[in-house]
Amino acid sequence: MSQYKNDVRNFFSRQFNTEKLSDNDDIFSSGYANSLFAMQLIAWIEKDFDVTVEDDDLQLTNFNSISAVAAFIQKKRSPASAET
Amino acid sequence: MDPKSVRAQYQEECFDFAQRAVQPYASVHDRSQRIADHVVPELAKAGYLAPFLQQRWGGRELDMVSLGILHEEIGRACSSVRSLLTVHGMAVQSILRWGNETLRQRWLQALAHGEVVGAFAISEPNAGSDVNGIETSAEPRLDGFVLNGQKKWITFGQIAGVYVVLAHCGGKPTAFLIERDRPGLTVTPISDVLGTRGSMLGLLTFEDCFVPATNLLGRPGFGANPVALSALGFGRYSVACGSLGIAQACLDASFLYANRIQRFGSALRGHQLIQQMITHMMTDVSAARLLCREAGRMKDEKDPQEVQCTFVAKYFASTAAMRAADNAVQIHGANGCSVDYPVERYMRDAKVMEIIEGSTQIQEITIAGLGFQAFEQQARASASTNRQTEFA
Repeated sequence: MSQYKNDVRNFFSRQFNTEKLSDNDDIFSSGYANSLFAMQLIAWIEKDFDVTVEDDDLQLTNFNSISAVAAFIQKKRSPASAET
Repeated sequence: MDPKSVRAQYQEECFDFAQRAVQPYASVHDRSQRIADHVVPELAKAGYLAPFLQQRWGGRELDMVSLGILHEEIGRACSSVRSLLTVHGMAVQSILRWGNETLRQRWLQALAHGEVVGAFAISEPNAGSDVNGIETSAEPRLDGFVLNGQKKWITFGQIAGVYVVLAHCGGKPTAFLIERDRPGLTVTPISDVLGTRGSMLGLLTFEDCFVPATNLLGRPGFGANPVALSALGFGRYSVACGSLGIAQACLDASFLYANRIQRFGSALRGHQLIQQMITHMMTDVSAARLLCREAGRMKDEKDPQEVQCTFVAKYFASTAAMRAADNAVQIHGANGCSVDYPVERYMRDAKVMEIIEGSTQIQEITIAGLGFQAFEQQARASASTNRQTEFA
């Protein structure tokens, strides 16, 4: 998952300053990101990791921190996820 | 056949359809404030209502660049009909992307085949650009929600059979799919608007309207934003391409008029200040087309920067349509102020393009914000490179 965390941090850093952002900081409540960024994030996840974000996935807890996004990507790319 | 030729052929197909089945009725749509009865069946038969859908749902799996071409050609013929494609597409896209399997099975084919028209309901009497200011409430109940409130300026609200509706549930945005015949929903026509007068606007009033939880799109709160934003992104792209169509129509009309009409002993086309206006229009149309095609390409490639590109395309194309319409009316002189020529309708339709799907002012704020974001990111990247060079 650490590779996914690096990928997520790199993506975030293209949009805002991540120097003081820890892996578990909430990017929405702390004002780093807005709903428009959420759209860009979903588009990036789908494109770069070849997964589909479903309506059931649209929970804040899947997208609100570097750790959360990395865990979400890992879950979507796991074989068990592919079978469902 | 190479992709460029395929696309050119498709543009020709869309142009031929639009000029045959839509354009001859455009002024009637404008004056009667409704579209002709044959339009939806003809669009459905041609596969134009939801062409981006997969074949299993009745679509043609059309790419977004080609979809943009379709909306451009329909918009060139009649802005009101193009606006139907916009909102119908927004509803289809929302169900496809965020609806559960039951909703997809129930609605997608019906929408693709024109058995029902879809519409998208966000704007309210007190909220348009300020989406966070919506007042329509959704109170949770056992197995569903009860909606109260109003949605205003809903394109094709008068004839839609299903609506995507954004409400707030305890302060959280929540998106629903709501059928026209649901008890507690009434639709009142809105007439006599400035432009796209054939787009059959409706005022939707929800009074204790129960909606089952199975009609949710996405999830309340965070989960409703992608529903709204992805649909608005589709709408923005469609309006950008439709605006390009208006600008092209203005140019077409101006070429015809300036070539035919004689003043001061020669055709208008020979007068330099007319040539200046034509040049401005040609340049604007070329630039708008490039921006729209680029936005479509980025959508097809699922490029995360597509959002910014589509904002720029809509901003430029809609303001270009207004400039083109202004020039076209000017070239036509007094005739340009008469319903005997189409350019006065183009000007009214172009003004609407500057207001819907994010007003010109909202675009300006958003685009500048995205630009400064990129500037700061570049500055951070340069600072990081300089630090690495220092320590090398």
